[in-house]
Amino acid sequence: MNNQAALFQYLLQLGDTNLIIGHRLSEMCSRGPMLEEDIALTNFALDHIGQAEVLLHFAGNVENNGRSEDDLSYRRDAEDFMNLKLVEQPNTDFAFVIGRQFLLDVYQCLLYQKLSKSTNDELAGMAARFLKESIYHQRHSAAWIERLGQGTNESLGRMQHALNQLWPYTAEMFVDNPAWANLIESGVVPSATELKKEWYERVSKVLTLSGLNMPKASAEDDSLNQSIYLEQLLAEMQYLPRTYPDAKW
Amino acid sequence: MTIELQEKLQDFQTYIDAEEKIEPGDWMPDDYRAHNVRQISQHAHSEVIGMQPEGNWITRAPSLRAKKILLAKIQDEGGHGLYLYSAAETLGISRDELIEQLHEGKAKYSSVFNYPTLNWADIGAIGWLVDGAAVTNQLSLRRTSYGPYARAMFRICNEESFHQRQGYEIMMKMANGTPEQREMAQDALNRWWWPALMMFGPHDNQSQRTHKGMMWKIKRASNDELRQRFIDKTVPQAEFLGLTIPDPDLRWNPDTNQYDTGEINWDEFHQVISGNGPCNRERMDHHKKVHEEGAWVREAAAAFAAKKQAQQN
Repeated sequence: MNNQAALFQYLLQLGDTNLIIGHRLSEMCSRGPMLEEDIALTNFALDHIGQAEVLLHFAGNVENNGRSEDDLSYRRDAEDFMNLKLVEQPNTDFAFVIGRQFLLDVYQCLLYQKLSKSTNDELAGMAARFLKESIYHQRHSAAWIERLGQGTNESLGRMQHALNQLWPYTAEMFVDNPAWANLIESGVVPSATELKKEWYERVSKVLTLSGLNMPKASAEDDSLNQSIYLEQLLAEMQYLPRTYPDAKW
Repeated sequence: MTIELQEKLQDFQTYIDAEEKIEPGDWMPDDYRAHNVRQISQHAHSEVIGMQPEGNWITRAPSLRAKKILLAKIQDEGGHGLYLYSAAETLGISRDELIEQLHEGKAKYSSVFNYPTLNWADIGAIGWLVDGAAVTNQLSLRRTSYGPYARAMFRICNEESFHQRQGYEIMMKMANGTPEQREMAQDALNRWWWPALMMFGPHDNQSQRTHKGMMWKIKRASNDELRQRFIDKTVPQAEFLGLTIPDPDLRWNPDTNQYDTGEINWDEFHQVISGNGPCNRERMDHHKKVHEEGAWVREAAAAFAAKKQAQQN
C-alpha cells in the first residue's frame, strides 16, 4: 500500500469512529436523564459529526477519486467502515453512554495531541482543533464517571458493569495496522501502541478516584473485531440517499 | 375584595398600562402569576416535547450538513426549554413540579407536536411552518409584561427565525428536487398546514383567557390577528416553492388586503387538545419513560453533590 492509500485508510478510521459515535450520541436526543444532559450529549454528537465531516472530506481529497464526505458516509457498506468497534456499542443505559464516551475521550485526547505534531500540516491543524473539543468531552465524561462511581450503590454497580462490558473493545485502540508503518515512520501519524501506557494511567486514575475497579483485560480482547451493530446502524443512517440515489438533499 | 387589595390591583394595572415590566420580586395578583406559570410552562413543555418528532429524523438525516443543522436546531429547542423553565421558576414553582404537572396532564404543550413526522420534508415543514407560526406569536411576546419571559423571547426569537429559514431551505431543495422529493414536500405541506394554523388557538370570540391576558399585557395580539399575520406571510412563500396550500377556499381579498381562508377543522383541534391526536400517548409515554429511566442518574448526582457538600463543611 502506498503512502496515499495508507493515509486514506487512516483518515477513514478516524472519520468513521467519529461518525459512528456521533450517531450513537445523536440517538440520545430527547432521551437524556435531565434536560441539561440531553443538550450536552447532542452537542457532543455535533462535535463528533463535525470532526467526521472534516476528516472524511480530507480522506476524499487524499483518495482523489471524486468521493465527497457524504459519499464516504452514505454510500459505503459496513465491511468498508474502519471505526473502532467500541463506538458501535449501543446506549444500553446512561452508564454505558458515559463509559463508552470516557474510554474514547481519553484515547482521542492522547491521539489528537500526538497528531497535532504530525509532519502533515493539514492533519496537524485539524487535530489541534479537535483536541480542544476532546479535552472538553473528557472533562464532562470524567466528571460523570466520578459522580456515578461515588453516587449511590445502584449507580456504582451500573457504572462498573458498563465498564466491564465495554473494556474488551478498548484493545483495538492500541493495535497498529501494518499498512501504516510508513506513516508512523515518517511522523505523519503516531504509533497506536505508544498511546496505551498513558491511556491506561489516565483511565486508572479517574476510576480509582471514583471507587471503580479497573476491568481485567483478557487475551481474547485483541481478536474482538466483529460487532453485530454496524449494519443495522448504517441501514438507518444511509436509508434516504440509498433509497433515492438521484436526489440531492 | 378589601379596599387595600383593590388599590393594589389598580396600581398594578397602572404600572402595566405604562408598559413597565413586572419582575419576580414585585407584588402581582395570584391570577397574573398563575396565568404566567401556565403560559411559560406550556411554552417550555412544547419546546421539550417538540424535540421528539424532530429527533425522529436525526439518525436518518440525508447528509452530514443536514444532520448537523438538525442536531443544532433541536439542541436550541432544548435550550429554550431550559431557559423557559428557569423563567417559570422565578414565579415560585420548581422544574420538578412543572414536569409533574405535565405528566399528570395538568399542564399542556402545543398540540402541533402530537402529529407524526413521516418523511424528510416534514423536518422542512416543521421549521418553515411550525417555527414560523411560533415566531409570529413570540415576536409579539417580546413585549409581554412579565420581565423574565419578555427577555427570554428576544433570544428565542432570533433562533426561531433562523430555524424557519433552515426549514424553508429544506423545502426549497425538496420542491426543486426529484419527483419523489417534490411529492414528499407537497405531502408534508398538506399535513402540517392546518395544524400550524391551529397553533394560534381558538378564534378570539371563543378564547376564554384572551381578555385577562390582554388586559395584563401578557398577550399582546389576539389569536386571530397573529394567525392572519402568519397566513399572509406564508402563502407567497408556498407559491414561490410551487406547492399548493391544502385549502380550496384560500384567496387574496383585495378589499381587506389579506388572504381569506377556509374554516379550520375545530373538531380535530379539540380532539388533539383533549389527548386524541395521532401521537399524544406516544409523546407522553416517551417523556415519562425517559424521566423514569433517568431517575437513578439524578439520584446519583444528588447523592454525590450532598457528599461533596458534607466534605466541604
